[in-house]
Amino acid sequence: MSEFRMPSLGADMEAGLLVAWQKKPGDKVRRGETIAEVETDKGIIEIESFADGTLEKIVVPEGERVPVGTLLALIQTADEAATPTASAAPAVVPPASATPPPRGAPSPAVTGELVPTSSASTIPRRAVSPAARRKASELGVNVDQLPGTGPGGAVTLDDVQRAASAAPPPTAAPPPAPMTDAERAARMRQTIAAAMSRSKREIPHYYLSHTIDLEPALAWLARENERRAVTERLLYGVLLLKAVALALRETPELNAIWERDRAVTRPDIHVGTAIALRQGGLIAPALHHTDRKSLDELMAGFRDLVNRTRTGGLRSSELSDPTITVTSLGERGVEAVFGIIYPPQTAIVGFGKVVERPWSIGGQIVSRRVITASLSADHRVTDGHRGGLFLSAVERLLQEPDKL
Amino acid sequence: MSRITYREAVKAGLREALIGDPHVFLMGEDVGRYGGAYACSKGFLEEFGPERIRDTPLCESTFVGAGIGAALGGMRPIVEVMTVNFSLLALDQIVNNAATLRHMSGGQFSVPLVVRMATGGGRQLAAQHSHSLEVWYAHVPGIQVVAPATVTDARHMLGLALREPDPVFIFEHALLYPMEGELDESPPADLLHAAIRRPGNDVTVVTYGGSLWKCLQAAETLAKSGVEAEVIDLRSLRPLDMPTVLASVARTHRAVIVDEGWKTCSLAAEISAGIMEGGFYDLDAPVARVCSIEAPMPYAKHLEDAALPQPEGIVSAVMNLVGRHV
Repeated sequence: MSEFRMPSLGADMEAGLLVAWQKKPGDKVRRGETIAEVETDKGIIEIESFADGTLEKIVVPEGERVPVGTLLALIQTADEAATPTASAAPAVVPPASATPPPRGAPSPAVTGELVPTSSASTIPRRAVSPAARRKASELGVNVDQLPGTGPGGAVTLDDVQRAASAAPPPTAAPPPAPMTDAERAARMRQTIAAAMSRSKREIPHYYLSHTIDLEPALAWLARENERRAVTERLLYGVLLLKAVALALRETPELNAIWERDRAVTRPDIHVGTAIALRQGGLIAPALHHTDRKSLDELMAGFRDLVNRTRTGGLRSSELSDPTITVTSLGERGVEAVFGIIYPPQTAIVGFGKVVERPWSIGGQIVSRRVITASLSADHRVTDGHRGGLFLSAVERLLQEPDKL
Repeated sequence: MSRITYREAVKAGLREALIGDPHVFLMGEDVGRYGGAYACSKGFLEEFGPERIRDTPLCESTFVGAGIGAALGGMRPIVEVMTVNFSLLALDQIVNNAATLRHMSGGQFSVPLVVRMATGGGRQLAAQHSHSLEVWYAHVPGIQVVAPATVTDARHMLGLALREPDPVFIFEHALLYPMEGELDESPPADLLHAAIRRPGNDVTVVTYGGSLWKCLQAAETLAKSGVEAEVIDLRSLRPLDMPTVLASVARTHRAVIVDEGWKTCSLAAEISAGIMEGGFYDLDAPVARVCSIEAPMPYAKHLEDAALPQPEGIVSAVMNLVGRHV
């Protein structure tokens, strides 16, 4: 049995509101599949399963806010299911005269009967008549734990009504109203404040910057985009992302996550891309496996991320997986950005705007379009030497854009 | 109210039609000299003469086709086919002509034909005279199919059918002819609506024709156990009055369909699907069907009884759905 807990979607997250379950007990779940939606300070996030198996039991109902780490549900993993258990007995049906379970104790453990406990290869979906299911949702009755008296032990309308009259009235617990935009913005600021304060307090940052000749990359991009339909055109930002990701392969020390008291280098490169929100604040969800994606894939992935960041619908892994962040403020006219590391990451890369500058090439002064790349990195993990190598690698990679 | 047999009711309806409209005539095997295979036209030959009471050869395709032609020509023919099993010989005329001519002529022609036939088992007439094939007709757009189950409907459905501009097929369950019942002199409002023959709140039993009486008998047995069944007589098999069925299921949350046809691709299947489409969230139990077993009708009495829906089977189907709630 695998435990599905409220995930931490960033070091700053303390609690989440379980907005909706997308799976019911008995449903199959696959690793990476969304099973619940959680509202965090960053908006509504789709939470993915980390195991293959069957959703066995939901512990936290919709509408509850619980701290990070709280058990939300149990998932029976696929390999467990393969092991037959002895509990595959059919539901025991209570006699017609069975009195309703005592007030406040409708659990099958108390009535001592039924509930088809997780059987072997298939956990049968609890048989609930359509009318009973509808009534249960109206009355807020959890049908998963009701004794069923219908054909084949199915939960019927009567069972639900009986349970509803036995159970305490749903103590006026309508799911909390979703946060307003203003509340969300306020929370977002608190969240950023907490994370950034902690970062500045705990992480000894060092800062490097490197002005990079972007002429070859931009010229290549112009030629490339000329051949493409408008909708397929690339932004120079994806060249920067790809260059960063490939440079990280050469300096993997920067692709590390701080765990407790030391940094652990991550084998996969998931670049978080900082995306500003209209109502203020920002989120930096991961473009997974940035180094392995083609420019087209990165472009599509980036568009999708921006879309989902602004409309809701980010996935939990996108928030928990970034191994480094890239932020670009060039479009806001900034020449260079020195970011604050987002813990537990250990580095953040910044890009300023593309500017034309006199540039000396082989003794000749020419006008070139350049960009300033910067690195803020955790001095506990790397030194300026490593950081310098990284920025040089980014520069070198951008000189051969056709190889990105 | 007066007490008459179903046969007398059918006969009264026919007689009224023949007297009321000179364009009406009756045609079929043995309807004249013999007085009808089920004696529904006894004495008519003498009363109305051979022009209007016409014996036909044993050739369903021919006389049903002649009826279609007469209807096209402005007459109001009533064609009697001895049993639904034999009517299959006329399927081509019915499906390809009667049902299609209005459509294929762009509305220029209509076929105001009424075809009556006997259906159903229970008389030890074996596998060529006992089946309930009305669903074959209920499948076809362009015709209307009705099944009078009561003496009142047997008396009045013919008159209502003769008002229709398109073909109407009337299925009379052969076991009903000798049945006595109270005749309500005022005709029912129309052919289209199902009738609730017995109100109840615990389960909806949907049926038609000869099975109605088995269902009502079963309902009485169920009432002794405290289960109140609502029995719906469909009356019209095409179109089906699903709103009446669905409104009942919305109250009872359970449905059993009793249909003397074979279960596969039956009217019971169609009604069951209609309940799924329109009443799924009202259901508290799966829809159950009580139909004839999937075999040619046996001759031997005990086997025939076993093959047909019986009140005991209806009771047990209902108890299966509601049993533990009683």
